[in-house]
Amino acid sequence: MEGSVTFESVEKLIKAHEGIEREVYLDLENSSRVPSEIVKAMIPYFSEKAYGNPTVTHKPGWMAYETIQKASEQITGYIGAASIEEVNFVPGETEANNLALTGTALANRKKGNKIVLSEIEPLSILFSSEILEKYGFKVMRIPVDGEGFLNLEKLLDAIDKETILASVMLVNHEIGTIEPIKEAVEMVKEKNPQALFHTDASDAYGRIPISAEDLGVDLMTLSSYKILGPRGVGALYVREEVDVEKLLEGQMGTQKLWPGVENVPLIMGFLKASELAFKNFGKNVSQMRKSRDRLIDGILDRISETVLNGPKGERRAPDNVNISFLHCEGESLTIELSLRGVYVSSGSACTRLMLQPSHVLTAIGKEFEEAHGSLLMKTTPYHTDDEIEYALNQVPQAVKRLRDISPIKGEAV
Amino acid sequence: MSRAPLPYSSKILELFRNPKNLGKMEDATVSAVAGSPACGDMIVFHLKIDEDEVIEKASFESYGCAANIATASITTEMVKGKKLEDAWQISWKRIAEEVGGLPTVKVHCGILSVGAVRRAIREFYKRKGKKPDWLPDKVTFEEKQALEEEELAKVLSEKLTMILSRKDEGK
Repeated sequence: MEGSVTFESVEKLIKAHEGIEREVYLDLENSSRVPSEIVKAMIPYFSEKAYGNPTVTHKPGWMAYETIQKASEQITGYIGAASIEEVNFVPGETEANNLALTGTALANRKKGNKIVLSEIEPLSILFSSEILEKYGFKVMRIPVDGEGFLNLEKLLDAIDKETILASVMLVNHEIGTIEPIKEAVEMVKEKNPQALFHTDASDAYGRIPISAEDLGVDLMTLSSYKILGPRGVGALYVREEVDVEKLLEGQMGTQKLWPGVENVPLIMGFLKASELAFKNFGKNVSQMRKSRDRLIDGILDRISETVLNGPKGERRAPDNVNISFLHCEGESLTIELSLRGVYVSSGSACTRLMLQPSHVLTAIGKEFEEAHGSLLMKTTPYHTDDEIEYALNQVPQAVKRLRDISPIKGEAV
Repeated sequence: MSRAPLPYSSKILELFRNPKNLGKMEDATVSAVAGSPACGDMIVFHLKIDEDEVIEKASFESYGCAANIATASITTEMVKGKKLEDAWQISWKRIAEEVGGLPTVKVHCGILSVGAVRRAIREFYKRKGKKPDWLPDKVTFEEKQALEEEELAKVLSEKLTMILSRKDEGK
């Protein structure tokens, strides 16, 4: 379009960051900064070992087969699954969620036509459900309360003999709400033992203890990058006996729900990230929580007219920080912070193509202005106290600058 | 609802960092608002207009994204020293060109700036109780867009309130 901007100008945007004091990456919702020990664990699998196709009968192929089997076995243990057959590697959370929703609906369509979701599911679930609706499935979306907790009564009301699948995240990706999945599964199964239950555990894996068997879920999504592994790999746990139709066709390998050649280096990165997360689980979680609380308490304390989105304390994921800054627009804030070396994302409509604010924030009853002024950050065990302190010093300055520009003045400034 | 990859021009980033003519104006002849906090985009323009109907100075305040701040800043520069009749003619396309181009999803920010300037000019003549020949009777595209954006935000807000109250009843 006339006068539109080309990507060449991005180079200049990047150049504008020259001379920043330090960099703190807190946008773990949207991508990971993969720690070097994880990258190192991946490298041999590109060209030194197990580089064969695991379905072909030669040594590199058998090595690849063995590597994938071992990785499946370890992840089976981390998620409390019954057998390695239940762990399916897929290219990521988006693919796992599409498979869980559409693949399960298609495979079980003779049993009923109803799908039940929460209103704050990720877009891969919400948009998949819209496609299913187009093809005749009935989709019910269950509301949540002001902190994002699922309304269990409404969930139960929505379940009937036509329900084939319910899907609710274990931990919400934007506001960190830890949903009562075990209770929800029990309620659903009591009313309709045939109904299946899927949970997207991408934001729970490595942060809260998980056991598929104990939760009682039939399907569970895991993402590699959400635990600092590489992008492009994830897994879908599918309990044995549960039917799921694959969504893509092609040469089948070791993964029965996803055709194509297995990406062994990425699987090994995902595995290494999992090993590191579970090796010092308690220590990692308390480190994340400490940084989370320093950010939350520090921001709410130092900046007026700020609101924490989502629950507090133990009912919130240990890494999630989501705060609204009134009279301050989020996209501007992400850029202002970027120029100060602090990388975060926002639920503002201005950061999205459709110009609609975060559906999670509006579903928990936030005003548009609160959603537009929201920032999302996630902490990791790798963040040092110094980094958190640096971010904590930059945020008030960035907010002040933008509030000074704003015509809307609250009690702040 | 994907995130927009925003290849902002370096000019936008520069104006975002160092906006010109920022802030309230104590001796403004006229001020006008366009957008609302619910849209996520709101600007206020202040104009000081002399006896010859020339804009002596202009300033702005902004609640909005980087494109909003940058287009508002450039607009104040562009109208300064112009006769009202000439300031009226400034199009959002000119503004987009001046900031080195706007990503498609941000074109509305340029339109909002023009809408605000035109509202200020209309308000000026309304107060004077006169209407020059060049001033159109009907609201122009840019003014209408500003209005539509505000109304859309209002409708969406009301819809949201309705959904929420329905939810409360259900609890």
